[in-house]
Amino acid sequence: MNNFISMSKKISACGLLVALAMIFSYIETLIPINMGLPGMKLGIANLVIVTALYLLGPREALLISLVRIFLVGFLFGSGMSILYSLAGGLVSFLAMMFLKRTEKFSIVGASLLGGAMHNVGQLLVAAAVVENAKIFYYLPPLLCVGCVTGILVGLLALRILPMGQKIIQNAGTL
Amino acid sequence: MKKNDIILAAAIFLFAGLLSAIIFFSGNERGSFVTVTIDKKVYGTYSLGENQDITIDTEFGHNVLHIENGSVSMTEADCPDGYCKRQGKISTEKETIVCLPHKLVVEIRGTNTDDGQTEEQTDGQTDEDYDILVK
Ligand SMILES: [Zn+2]
Repeated sequence: MNNFISMSKKISACGLLVALAMIFSYIETLIPINMGLPGMKLGIANLVIVTALYLLGPREALLISLVRIFLVGFLFGSGMSILYSLAGGLVSFLAMMFLKRTEKFSIVGASLLGGAMHNVGQLLVAAAVVENAKIFYYLPPLLCVGCVTGILVGLLALRILPMGQKIIQNAGTL
Repeated sequence: MKKNDIILAAAIFLFAGLLSAIIFFSGNERGSFVTVTIDKKVYGTYSLGENQDITIDTEFGHNVLHIENGSVSMTEADCPDGYCKRQGKISTEKETIVCLPHKLVVEIRGTNTDDGQTEEQTDGQTDEDYDILVK
């Protein structure tokens, strides 16, 4: 019975976080930052993914990330935009999971590497689509933008994480 | 936050800085031709010496390139992100303008890879033939 409660708790938490990640994705489309960099994303939705990784675990975080990508893609994007997001999301997730496993970094480190690698993943797909390696000309600014937003997202996640842990503990005693 | 986080961030910025330096010091040759590639196939090659507007209409969409004083820029595009219009003027061989939704890449080249070279080659051959005839 306890197991069942924790299962349903996890599922509802995942649903909530998917909704939250989608809101962040939508907010990101409203922010008019256009530096003309192919493959650039601010990556605000990563706040939800990185928090889920530390709060719930890698499986839940990956699930939330994939569901968000497909829902946002079907609602606002195209087939190609799903491919870019998928590459960015997977590369970013693997980088963050790896850093968390080493236990040598905090959630800020995971978030900033995730942000940088998200843009790297998108750029890799872009280079494959146009079959032109000159596109890596854009790598340095993409790395920097991803890293900066990753740090900001990570600092936010650092504050949110204890609140999330408290909510989960309180829900356990109810 | 841990000390390693700061080291990691510093390492990424350092790597980006080094890469920028390498890019900054290489491929600065000013080209003389513009090659437009769409969906991996060469769409056309244009002279950078001639001020002109190039309208490109394909199944992927509409783009207009503007060549002026040896540099090229994207002045019109109906792609959803509009990133290509923000990439500015380019004039050196390392630079590109990319319109990802239209699978379009604009590159600068030193020599015309389409027909310029073959023209030069045939010129050279006829000169040689002429030399032989004279001899
Ligand atoms: Zn474009």
